[in-house]
Amino acid sequence: MKWYIAKRLLMLIPVLLGASVLAFALIHLAPGDPARTITGDRASPQAIAAIREKYGLDKPLPVQYWMWLKQVLRGDMGRSIVSNEYVTKEIMERFPNTVELTICAMLLAIAVGSIAGIISASKQYSALDYTTMGIALFGISMPVFWLGIMLMMIFGVFLRWLPISGRIDTLLPFTRITGFYILDSIITLNFRALISTIRYLILPSVALATIPMATVARVTRSSMLEVLRQDFIRTERAKGLSERLVIYRHAVRNAMIPVITVIGLNFGLLLAGAILTETVFSWPGIGRYVVKAVTIRDYPVVQGCVMFFAFIFVIVNLIADVLYVLIDPRIKYE
Amino acid sequence: MKKVIIIVIAVVVVVAVALILFFTLRPKPVVVEQTLIFGSSGDAVRLDPADVTDGESIQRMDNIFEGLVEYKEGSTEIQPCLATSWETSADGKEITFSLRKGVKFHDGTDFNADAVIFSLARQYDTEHPHKQYGEWAYWGWMFYDVEKVVKIDDYKVKIVLSNVNASIMTSLAMFTVCIVSPTNAEKYKEDAFKNPVGTGPFKFVEWVKDDHITLVANENYWRERPKLDKLIFKVIPDASARLMALEVGEVHGIEYPNPPDFDRIRANKDLKLLTEPGMNVGYMAINSGYGYKDGNENSKRDADEPLVKTIGYLEPLTKKKVRKALNHAIDKQSIIDNIYMGTASVAKNGMPPFMPGYNDDVKDYSYDPEKAKGLLAEAGYPDGFDVTLYVMPVSRPSMFDPPKIGEAIQSYLAAIGIKVNIYQVDWGTYLQETQDGKAQMCLLGWTGDNGDPDNFLNVLYGPNAGNIGLAGNYGFYMEEEGQDLLTRALQTYDVKKRAEYYRKFQDLIHEDACYVYLAHSNQNVAFRKNIEGYVLHPTSRKFFYPVSIK
Repeated sequence: MKWYIAKRLLMLIPVLLGASVLAFALIHLAPGDPARTITGDRASPQAIAAIREKYGLDKPLPVQYWMWLKQVLRGDMGRSIVSNEYVTKEIMERFPNTVELTICAMLLAIAVGSIAGIISASKQYSALDYTTMGIALFGISMPVFWLGIMLMMIFGVFLRWLPISGRIDTLLPFTRITGFYILDSIITLNFRALISTIRYLILPSVALATIPMATVARVTRSSMLEVLRQDFIRTERAKGLSERLVIYRHAVRNAMIPVITVIGLNFGLLLAGAILTETVFSWPGIGRYVVKAVTIRDYPVVQGCVMFFAFIFVIVNLIADVLYVLIDPRIKYE
Repeated sequence: MKKVIIIVIAVVVVVAVALILFFTLRPKPVVVEQTLIFGSSGDAVRLDPADVTDGESIQRMDNIFEGLVEYKEGSTEIQPCLATSWETSADGKEITFSLRKGVKFHDGTDFNADAVIFSLARQYDTEHPHKQYGEWAYWGWMFYDVEKVVKIDDYKVKIVLSNVNASIMTSLAMFTVCIVSPTNAEKYKEDAFKNPVGTGPFKFVEWVKDDHITLVANENYWRERPKLDKLIFKVIPDASARLMALEVGEVHGIEYPNPPDFDRIRANKDLKLLTEPGMNVGYMAINSGYGYKDGNENSKRDADEPLVKTIGYLEPLTKKKVRKALNHAIDKQSIIDNIYMGTASVAKNGMPPFMPGYNDDVKDYSYDPEKAKGLLAEAGYPDGFDVTLYVMPVSRPSMFDPPKIGEAIQSYLAAIGIKVNIYQVDWGTYLQETQDGKAQMCLLGWTGDNGDPDNFLNVLYGPNAGNIGLAGNYGFYMEEEGQDLLTRALQTYDVKKRAEYYRKFQDLIHEDACYVYLAHSNQNVAFRKNIEGYVLHPTSRKFFYPVSIK
């Protein structure tokens, strides 16, 4: 197992190298020029030339790539061309926001989705099953943007139960330490901030959770159905175990492998930013940041973010693979 | 069974406690008197006034920094600010400013001639140690005529110009030349843009990226202290979300409300919509076929720089009658009603009506497809021709939804027999290709920088700006008489005479018809009813100094 993890971590190197080439090639081959973005529409040729020179954009692409790679290997992703801020710092300022939202959304998705899936499977073809799967289908097909606006309209504007936009009440005194607001408010014993943070988290989490929730429900259901048809389940039932024990102790555990795969994939995707949810709810996350960087061709930022996402993806998938072993001891990695 | 009941009870208790917590402990907003939260559509990029070109950054800095002169409230006329008075030398090339005494930056540094020289010299002096810390994009654009800034004594500086430039005084009210604290710049060096320190009514406190920027009142402001205690710019990128936040009172004001929401805002008794013509123009340029190559890069067409064909040369468009036909064929009012949704006014000149020198006597080309057809026939194209129209890939305040405008123009011109092929490319390439003169016709918009007519007429339509590769005059209007008027206007400090030159120029360019001026769009902001004192500025800059909450 240890070796397996070490091997997987070693594989990060070729993956990241590949990602770096792809990220670099794609953004540089796309038309557009960051020098123009900085100078705005009023670009004097001298100003553009000066910026191109300053950031090495006047050099041939392979040279630019090599320069950038050397810099990255030293642990420096460079500065954003547009904001002039260190890319690593910019990512780290926003990533905790995305992580906090993603974790909340995924917990919600896993809790509701898997329970719905299990219930559906154990009562296959019942009205309950049809209703749950109908809702799940609705969830998968729902445009997040629209759902977000609807949630805001209902819970923010009409009922006035929950806030609409942002991360925390901007008027509350609040000290940022780690960037994870829940954690920070607990560390500083600032309970007003804690409640405010949770209140601001609810709507975006629900919006973001809808699709993974529906996916988890559907995968759980089909996986459960498959397991429930297997011989050992028949044996369990024949032994006279109660249906509840059969399902919760024996079937669920065996059915969880594909569910974890799905959760892992969704988790990775959401960590790379939920651009629509972040936009609707004014959530200062990484997704909004990288999309903006792409549109204005902020090369160092795009490259840095792609590398970062590749890293996160590999790690999250690794964690999912390790979880398989914990859930199903029959799985062994050499 | 017992177990189940216990679990159910436990769940109910937990949920009940959670709900009670949420609804009883709902954080009451900490009462800070006179805190205004403004919902912006995006975050600032940098917070150094000399080093930005985007409206969001400028919006924050206009409340932190000040320049030697400033605009009068709601107008582009200038008045003293950090300078108390100024004199222009007889040859018009030197302007001497007396500086206000007793003003301090937010960090306690004294405002004086050294601060002025530091703020400006770092932008133009290649030897300046702080030159490397910024791109200073606007300096080369607006202040190319400034040769140097000289200290006379602690409270007197002289700006020396290489050419007489009558628009420089209005330009001096721009954010680019706001005065920054030299002590602060020295302390933070390349990171000074994150720690803005000026002399303005508000002091910078905090910047949480993509979320908000907080400012507080400057207690030692040299004028009366601002009425607001705190000013927060909160980023809400989605327009619907911005409006909802305003409706529930999470923010007190918002920018760029969606035009379809205007009625909803007007119907809400807690809200008000402020709207005013913006300092902009959206237009279609018709490439008249010839430009020049600026061999010596002096941004002027010299005697040895002949007219050459542009890449976008198209025979029919070189004929004035054809260009006039295009002007008659497009129904601007309908474009404004349906695409701008009534939030703009029809343009007949290349700059907005409130600008000095605007020629209201120009009679706009009427929408008259029959007349257009007749003109085409007279020009020798009774069956029309094929033409390519560049359509912007981005919306600008002056040009809402360019694809729809492009399609509208396509159908209007089809009605007189002209087949329009629409061409779209990314924004950077778009600007490059239009500047290279590749476009036969293109859509573009312009928002003024400083409120001076030169910043519209010379930049957008002046023959000197018809230099292929760097054109600003995308219609390539190249009549020497026109440039002569513009140059004379720029060299005249007499306001009335200047205005006269500009009026004549507008007559000429109207007759040449290289442009179809479409619209001057309005600037719109919405506030809650209890916000008072906010005045829209023609440049769309946002000054919160006079604002208060009732």
